Amino acid sequence: MPPAEHFAAAPQWEWWILGYFFFGGISGGSYALGTLLRFAGDPRDVRAANLAFITSFIALLPCPIFLTLDLGQPFRFWHMLVDTSSGGLAFKPDSPMSLGSWALLIFGVFSFVSFLGAIAEVGWFRVTGPIARILRSGVGLVWNAIGAVFGLFICAYTGVLLAVSNQPVWSDAGWALGGMFLASALAGSTAFLLLLARSRRDVDADTGVRLETADRYFVILETILIVVFLITLAIAGTIDKVLGVWLVLWLVVIIGLAAPLAMLSSGAARRWPPVAAPVLALLGVLALRALVIFSAQI
Amino acid sequence: MGFFTDTSICIGCKACEVACKEWNQLEGDPIKFTADSYDNTGQLDAQNWRHVQFIEQVPDNNGVVFTPTPIAGGQAWLMMSDVCKHCKNASCMEVCPTNALMRTEYDTVYLQKDVCNGCRNCISACPYGVIGFNEEQGVAQKCTLCYDRLQGGLQPACAKACPTESIKFGYIEDLHKVADDRLANLQKQGYSKAQLYGRDDKVYGGLNAFFLLMDKPEVYKLPNEANATLPTRNNLPGYVGGVATAVVGLIAGLLAFRNGRMNGNNNNTTTPH
Repeated sequence: MPPAEHFAAAPQWEWWILGYFFFGGISGGSYALGTLLRFAGDPRDVRAANLAFITSFIALLPCPIFLTLDLGQPFRFWHMLVDTSSGGLAFKPDSPMSLGSWALLIFGVFSFVSFLGAIAEVGWFRVTGPIARILRSGVGLVWNAIGAVFGLFICAYTGVLLAVSNQPVWSDAGWALGGMFLASALAGSTAFLLLLARSRRDVDADTGVRLETADRYFVILETILIVVFLITLAIAGTIDKVLGVWLVLWLVVIIGLAAPLAMLSSGAARRWPPVAAPVLALLGVLALRALVIFSAQI
Repeated sequence: MGFFTDTSICIGCKACEVACKEWNQLEGDPIKFTADSYDNTGQLDAQNWRHVQFIEQVPDNNGVVFTPTPIAGGQAWLMMSDVCKHCKNASCMEVCPTNALMRTEYDTVYLQKDVCNGCRNCISACPYGVIGFNEEQGVAQKCTLCYDRLQGGLQPACAKACPTESIKFGYIEDLHKVADDRLANLQKQGYSKAQLYGRDDKVYGGLNAFFLLMDKPEVYKLPNEANATLPTRNNLPGYVGGVATAVVGLIAGLLAFRNGRMNGNNNNTTTPH
């Protein structure tokens, strides 16, 4: 099969976009994780769930800022939502960027409300106690479930956004990129929650153990999807684009993937500081996005 | 309305580039020395809405022709005035989130500068590398097919300036007839590799700026039929891949937390410090 040929120019999506992909992934993944902890976890996991919802909103805050700063005309950011030609809404289901803009707006509402509930639960801001009470009920579970769907969408659509192009690597990876970013976001969010959990006394130790287990599952899922990603590039004949100098970033990705697993199986790794594995995992999440974004454009 | 560019009679004079810049008030990129070609324009971008490609299929210092052409004994200096193709199925229009890219009454693709917010999604999608980003204005730019001139009953500046009529402007149906006749004539003369690109609907549903080429499309940096794919082909598989991963991820998370609950002891412990 002849290699895919690309003559498209690079869109110059660089550092702001990398920042958005990273924080967007952590935000969406943390919300999904918080919801999972509420749905499936032990009542003692609620503290970690609250931390996840707080993380989700704080990680979301820089996202619209990064996206706006990346625009050539930042004051026209609202053109993503309003069609200035017709005066109606700018909603284009075929355009992942359009869908993503709307999803980010809607997810922002879910994340903010859950944040208000969570900060009341942890005792930081009691004024929002009534919201916390509502979110503790069945309505809260429905709210979290819908929010988690949007959160997961935020994690995955960034990969689809890249794939829906005519760029080398991105368009060649087709269906693999969205899933790979999602799995990586879940692994990164779990790593970040573990970091937080280990710095707080009020988070149950068993919750930490369960998070470590979940982290390992997500890392395995991410590893499988990275392999699939590389296979699709090999088939398309563009795997060279992600090799060469990018091997340095691959090394960071591999270390980030291996760290949570090493903590389980290696005696030496068990002696690492508790924050080592989550920090390495987060660096791996960042490196994966960096090499996907930059390798295609150089 | 559209263009038919007959590359067999392009002489590389760049009158089209100059006329385009003059009419559309494009400053042009800073002069650079490419050192590997007589082409010093480089590529289509925000400042170059016409670009005369110089494809130098001539021997190198060792007498080797790397990409021998099927004509002229293997050596040729192909020239082609490249431009936005105004595709009938336009990749840029598919992805533009603001509807800044629109279809005009002339069936051309027009970029509204006052609507564009400079997200550059169209640049990532255009398979021809046509659209460029104007750093000063913060918006994407490309050929308008001289929309303002069309409204005034004039033909586009490049077609008007072309001294050999390599660039022809008119109704697409009329241009198709001209192109078919020219192709038949060339093939009769023995140019068996001469071909029309974008004349039929196999490439992006047909191009409103189509070409007569003297070699394979790839030689002119044009994707062939196999590679002429729309970005939205990856929409469904991309989302399906995302949903499948989400489902597996959620199950994995449920398993991790459920297992923990079933296996976990009931001690209300906290993290050690």
